[in-house]
Amino acid sequence: MSRAERKREDEQYRTWKGPYRPYDLIREASIAVGVVLAIVVVLTILFSSPDDAPTTIQSWSKAAPVDFVSVANAELDGSSATAGYGPPYNTNGQPQQILGIKPANWFGVTYPIDTAQDYVILPLMTMTSVPGLQNAVKTYTSASSSQQGKWTTAYDSALAKAKANSDGTVTVPGNSASFGPVETMMSSLLADAQSGGLDGNLLTTKQFYQTDYTKILMFLQDDNGDNAAANGGNLPDSANPGYFFNRAQSENLLGDQWGMMNETGSWPGQVWLWLYTFWYQIKPFSTSANADILVMAVMGVLSLAFVLIPFIPVINRIPRWIPIYKLIWREHYRQA
Amino acid sequence: MSATSDGSGRKNWTVELRKRAVAALPPEKLLPDGQPAYMSSWIYVFGVLSLASLVVLILSGSILALKGPTWWHVTGIGHFFNSMHLWSVELFFFFMVIHLWGKYWMAAWRGGRKRTWITGAVTFLVAIPCALTGYVSQQNFDSQWISTQAKDAMNAVGIGAFFNLLDFGQMYSWHIFLLPMAVVALVAAHVLLVRKHGIVPPFILDGHEQVLAAAASDGAEAAEAADAADAPDGQPEPATEAPAPPTGEPEPTG
Repeated sequence: MSRAERKREDEQYRTWKGPYRPYDLIREASIAVGVVLAIVVVLTILFSSPDDAPTTIQSWSKAAPVDFVSVANAELDGSSATAGYGPPYNTNGQPQQILGIKPANWFGVTYPIDTAQDYVILPLMTMTSVPGLQNAVKTYTSASSSQQGKWTTAYDSALAKAKANSDGTVTVPGNSASFGPVETMMSSLLADAQSGGLDGNLLTTKQFYQTDYTKILMFLQDDNGDNAAANGGNLPDSANPGYFFNRAQSENLLGDQWGMMNETGSWPGQVWLWLYTFWYQIKPFSTSANADILVMAVMGVLSLAFVLIPFIPVINRIPRWIPIYKLIWREHYRQA
Repeated sequence: MSATSDGSGRKNWTVELRKRAVAALPPEKLLPDGQPAYMSSWIYVFGVLSLASLVVLILSGSILALKGPTWWHVTGIGHFFNSMHLWSVELFFFFMVIHLWGKYWMAAWRGGRKRTWITGAVTFLVAIPCALTGYVSQQNFDSQWISTQAKDAMNAVGIGAFFNLLDFGQMYSWHIFLLPMAVVALVAAHVLLVRKHGIVPPFILDGHEQVLAAAASDGAEAAEAADAADAPDGQPEPATEAPAPPTGEPEPTG
């Protein structure tokens, strides 16, 4: 069929000149609302909805104190995921790119996070009643960065064999002198976290009313099993995932578990994200360092195509070629 | 009723808007009491079911919004309404997907209905971040995990610089006001376009066109005859029942 013929045919569909039947729009809509409301109430009674309590810094540090201290040490020495993330949190990492384009750089750092300062040093500086702590903080902050690195590296290595005690404290074996002030700092930070103080300290702003959880969530997500320090040194990810990561894994929420569309328990979650999540399961996306931007690009193109289906040759003719319409309008064709 | 002219010769914008609105969507098209006879398939139900789900979704969400974000965590009735909100969004997407597939296989953009398709497709796409912002506003482990995972995609494309999934206050605003307003506006535009252009007619098969024309002609003649018989003064009146267009004017949209 030529383009002119298709256009002529299309014009014929503009106005229906055939028979009509009675129809009550408002009645149908009212019945539909009633039916849907009934279905929703039945589903609510039968299946309810999930509401697993959030992980707090307090619950994490109490349940897995060694893990918490490992992540805190990584925040202090700048080896955590957040510390090396790049925009919009800092300039320490390279953002994802596609065809050499890095959109994250366009807007720069809009939610600044200095992990050593925000997660460790500033909270410790508020704990003025802990004996020796402020001296330890001063010793650390006044030391050279290479010296700081030696202390945190030695402490991180020793954490691989650290043990949690029944009182919640952590015993780190090895030569304490090689840790410098870090051991004192970390034991104080752990105590603060276990008391719940750090949860408040890590909120983004210091005003009375709070709604921004960027800093505290970034700290929690650093416990993701991708971080060597978070795994207690050299252990592989799968052998010793972090507390937060482990909790998500047990709920089938990880990326390779189609976690993008899941939610805790057996509830359906965001099933409409199945295609978006699908790309993360296959190569090259599953192994790419630029997976997020690549998947977003693919979905952007597919979404645009979806909106513009009426204009896309072949795709807009498929319904004509595959006669599902004969099933939909079978009564109409039968009568005609 | 309209006021008399002020004599200035200026166009009255309100009158112009009203004229255009009524011309585009006269009452009998906006609230029709008849539909083309070919509209007799279950697939047509899913459009109105999507709308009905949106109504239940907004109602349950409004109750949750009125009581505040903490309420549903600490009361049984709050949890009940949160569950209603969850299941209505699941149904909304479920019905919408079937509706979209149905419209695709009807090639429902034919006959000047491309904007109807586009507004429907964009509604689906806008509903996705609307739901996502809801998931990250739950203030539970789901919202913690989903926000920390999904932020990477937002950051990678630059959106994360001003659309921060980790900021509950910002996400809550997007979820309970900005994005629902966008969805409702798009749905309103979609429904008005459906009313303006009508539902798409079936594909014309070979030789079928003539049969339809004949059927239409027969139907109109029958209606006219019936109306003439019913009218007390013997004059035909606009038909109010099928098979002729119930409003007395064929719905010009098909």
